[in-house]
Amino acid sequence: MSRTGTKLEAKKVNSELFTLTYGALVAQLLKDYENVEEVNKQLDRMGYNMGIRLIEDFLARTGSGRCYDFRDTSEKIQTGFKIYLGITPTITNWSAAGDEFSLYFEANPLTEFVELPDHCLNLKYCNILTGILRGACEMVQMEVACWFVQDQLKNDTITELRVKFIKRLEDAIPAGED
Amino acid sequence: MVIYGVYIVSKSGGLIFNHDHNIPKVENEKTFNYPLDIKLNYENKKVVVSFGQKDGINVGHMLTAVNGSPVIGNELEDGRDVLEILNQQENFPITLKFSRAKMTTNEKIFLASMFYPLFAIASQLSPEPRCSGIEILEADTFRLYCYQTLTGIKFMIVAEPSQLGMEILTKKVYELYADYALKNPFYSLEMPIRCELFETNLQSLLETIEKCGISSI
Repeated sequence: MSRTGTKLEAKKVNSELFTLTYGALVAQLLKDYENVEEVNKQLDRMGYNMGIRLIEDFLARTGSGRCYDFRDTSEKIQTGFKIYLGITPTITNWSAAGDEFSLYFEANPLTEFVELPDHCLNLKYCNILTGILRGACEMVQMEVACWFVQDQLKNDTITELRVKFIKRLEDAIPAGED
Repeated sequence: MVIYGVYIVSKSGGLIFNHDHNIPKVENEKTFNYPLDIKLNYENKKVVVSFGQKDGINVGHMLTAVNGSPVIGNELEDGRDVLEILNQQENFPITLKFSRAKMTTNEKIFLASMFYPLFAIASQLSPEPRCSGIEILEADTFRLYCYQTLTGIKFMIVAEPSQLGMEILTKKVYELYADYALKNPFYSLEMPIRCELFETNLQSLLETIEKCGISSI
């Protein structure tokens, strides 16, 4: 998703290619680890490593400023999904304290051609997303936790990703930014 | 319209990238008679002009060659001490070559880590809360523009004071960094950037700006 030349325009990639590549990755991990829990963990870790790099692209591209409120954060995460996956998840289910929200995905490009076989019912197929969110937020000095609550692959009507704010990483805030 | 250089400093204050763009090379060769009418001194492993300037040889320039053979530290290649040679009348007339001292990589790293606390102090000294650190540092011969990203990386550009739009350029360099450094799977974060694609794209960006101005990007 690189910009060509100096134009700030995303390179268009066929989403099917992306979907299939991701599918190949998950299938390979399952083959390598033979253990669904371990695959979930690996996906999350890979996502984390993607997130800490992807955040710079997001910031450079959108020029967005620092969040002083978790609602800002939620909207920026939504924008991120729009930019990188071309989908706009709905933000709902705010906790009373305003530190937890859910993202509802009606369509998810990652799972377009996927059905889970019986032995993988515990597989969190899209777990890479949780890692990405965690890594990206960490780079802007915010610790979050996220996990899937509902999953269309497991016959839920909707895919729900829950995001919880844990704390600001005060030590890591660069000078002139607090 | 000149951009002198681009520097990137990591979150922890280390210099991870520097690019000298357009530093004019100053070199002067001249034949001298005894006694030498400029004062030379040995400091910081260089023989530099400490007093007396003429014919484009300025205070601060360093001695690079004697009679065509290069000076290393304060010695010639054959191990003779330069200052001693210049004290002996029988060696004259003598041809000396001077040039502006170039910053070594070590000096650059040193300066970059010096800027880091300076930036932090600036944000602390501010009378208003929530102050960014130094964004522009101005001197009579250059301006230094600094853009710190939310993740703490600093992009710095040193340019001529008259050069406009450098704030925009810092953000453009950030975009290049996000594209060509971070999307390179072999680049690990916080490490010096050795990505050829990044360098060539940066180079062409700087050239476009110098030729056609900042509005062309």
